[in-house]
Amino acid sequence: MTTPTYVNTPVEPFTIEQFYKFLEQGKLMGGICQKCKKVHLPPRPYCDKCGADKFSWLNISSKAKLLTYTIINVAPQQFQNLTPYAVGIVELAGGVRIPGMIQGVPHDQLKIGMNLQVDFGTCSQPQQWPSWQRYCFKPL
Amino acid sequence: MGLNGKPLVSIIGAGMSKFGKHDGLLGREIFGLAATEAFSRCPKLDPKQDVKAMFIGHMGESYEHQGHMGATIADWIGLRGVAATRVEAACGSSGAALRTGIYAVLSGLSDVVIVGGVEKMTHRTTAEVTEYLAMAADYPFEQFHGITFPGLFAMMATAHMNAYGTTEQHLAKIASKNHHHGALNPKAHMQKEVPVETVMGSKYVAWPLKLYDCSLISDGASCIILTKPELAAKYTDQPVHIVGSGQATDAIGLYERDSLTSLQSTKLASKAAYEMANIKPEQVNLAEVHDCFTIAELIAYEDLGFCALGEGGKLVDSGATSLGGAIPVNTSGGLKSKGHPVGATGTAQAYEMYLQLTDQADKRQVKDAKVGLTHNIGGSGATAAVHIYRRDQ
Ligand SMILES: CC(C)(COP(=O)(O)OP(=O)(O)OC[C@H]1O[C@@H](n2cnc3c(N)ncnc32)[C@H](O)[C@@H]1OP(=O)(O)O)[C@@H](O)C(=O)NCCC(=O)NCCS
Ligand SMILES: [Zn+2]
Repeated sequence: MTTPTYVNTPVEPFTIEQFYKFLEQGKLMGGICQKCKKVHLPPRPYCDKCGADKFSWLNISSKAKLLTYTIINVAPQQFQNLTPYAVGIVELAGGVRIPGMIQGVPHDQLKIGMNLQVDFGTCSQPQQWPSWQRYCFKPL
Repeated sequence: MGLNGKPLVSIIGAGMSKFGKHDGLLGREIFGLAATEAFSRCPKLDPKQDVKAMFIGHMGESYEHQGHMGATIADWIGLRGVAATRVEAACGSSGAALRTGIYAVLSGLSDVVIVGGVEKMTHRTTAEVTEYLAMAADYPFEQFHGITFPGLFAMMATAHMNAYGTTEQHLAKIASKNHHHGALNPKAHMQKEVPVETVMGSKYVAWPLKLYDCSLISDGASCIILTKPELAAKYTDQPVHIVGSGQATDAIGLYERDSLTSLQSTKLASKAAYEMANIKPEQVNLAEVHDCFTIAELIAYEDLGFCALGEGGKLVDSGATSLGGAIPVNTSGGLKSKGHPVGATGTAQAYEMYLQLTDQADKRQVKDAKVGLTHNIGGSGATAAVHIYRRDQ
């Protein structure tokens, strides 16, 4: 394989940091492999299906379906003021999956298969590295 | 490698510190306890003369503010000068160190090697340990969003329950079984019986996982001494042979895996190990599997082929994996009751196999055990190492 060439420069680089920068601009973006069309989130240098290294950014719908979840009671210092909090893994259009916090759903009403949406206007943004805009999952 | 069950390497000695709280001892000193036992079990070995390399599993420098653990351990066990390398694969560090030791012996570069692992954790608060452990998970999408280790395994449990009808009761039975085994192990961190009702009544750490579904935060060290099979007789008349070895990876993030109820890394590693050893899962007499959380043991039954996918709960109910059953699992007490000083766990599993296959496991001895298997994973399963052991015939 050749070294990754982030194509379409001056288009934004296909990196994790750029994914979070898009979030800050109110855009949920993934990448589509130019060769096999597999949609990727998070972005990565090589397609994990066909091995190609050329991607285009793609707008992804914020509609999400809950695949699994848990309610965390024991947390690292940084998140202790939030306990108990729910986290889950959701599936988005195109089959990509991301994990994150679930907010605004009473814990006893969480259910595998329920519809949620990815929200990124209202979530926290750390002061230190990496000062990325967080996303979270909320009810429709 | 079609070895047809031919030994890759032979174990000629093994040692383990007690697992638990070692107030007043640093990790390197705890490792000394394990090394002393291993050397005493192999009096014909001259460590300074014979040992050519060391591979030390160690997860994190955060616990003790100490990195560079390979050289540190070599220095502290009297082997200054010997090539020593730290091997890191999170909770699978010493399973990976064992695999690395096998590379070293098979390459012909080092005839005698020590592989081991160490972690000192109990002096830290639970919040600190939770944060350090989480470092083995994907940072930008898992840690960054507050996802912990118990949280990752809890999400697997939720998915497994939803897909197959597995229950909290099944998981509680695994915890109770491993505490029963641990009560028979004088080196276990927690040596007491824990009834299923106690597990069921314990507080949630990450729903549906409760306190008693979680492994312990422990201090401890373990090591084994490996040599070429043809040299084993020079050192001991009771060697144990490693006849299969597999190590594999999967996506670092749980969310990117094809399945949330199975570990592809375990499947790949065990397939390689079974093929090398030329055996089938039914031929395994006992196993030490990575029960960092009870759900991980249940999923391991399925991925290692001890039962079909989705049937882990049934296997627990049958009692087959308890001492006296058809395939006792975690006779040492497992990570659940023996304890889980993360870097030391992989070679502590090998230590238990060494005891069992040389008839030295005392009250928890599995009768007529001939073939054993160890399964050590890193993180939420992005690494798995599986080894198969056979007694000398
Ligand atoms: C489960 C866990 C959060 C409990 O920590 P905690 O809430 O701080 O619990 P405490 O240390 O206050 O202990 C409370 C009591 O429970 C006991 N206890 C603690 N952890 C236990 C466990 N895992 N299983 C059984 N008993 C446990 C303690 O001995 C103590 O008993 P005591 O009151 O009789 O002394 C912690 O053990 C943990 O994080 N374990 C998982 C470790 C892990 O993730 N390892 C890596 C896996 S990949
Ligand atoms: Zn592709």
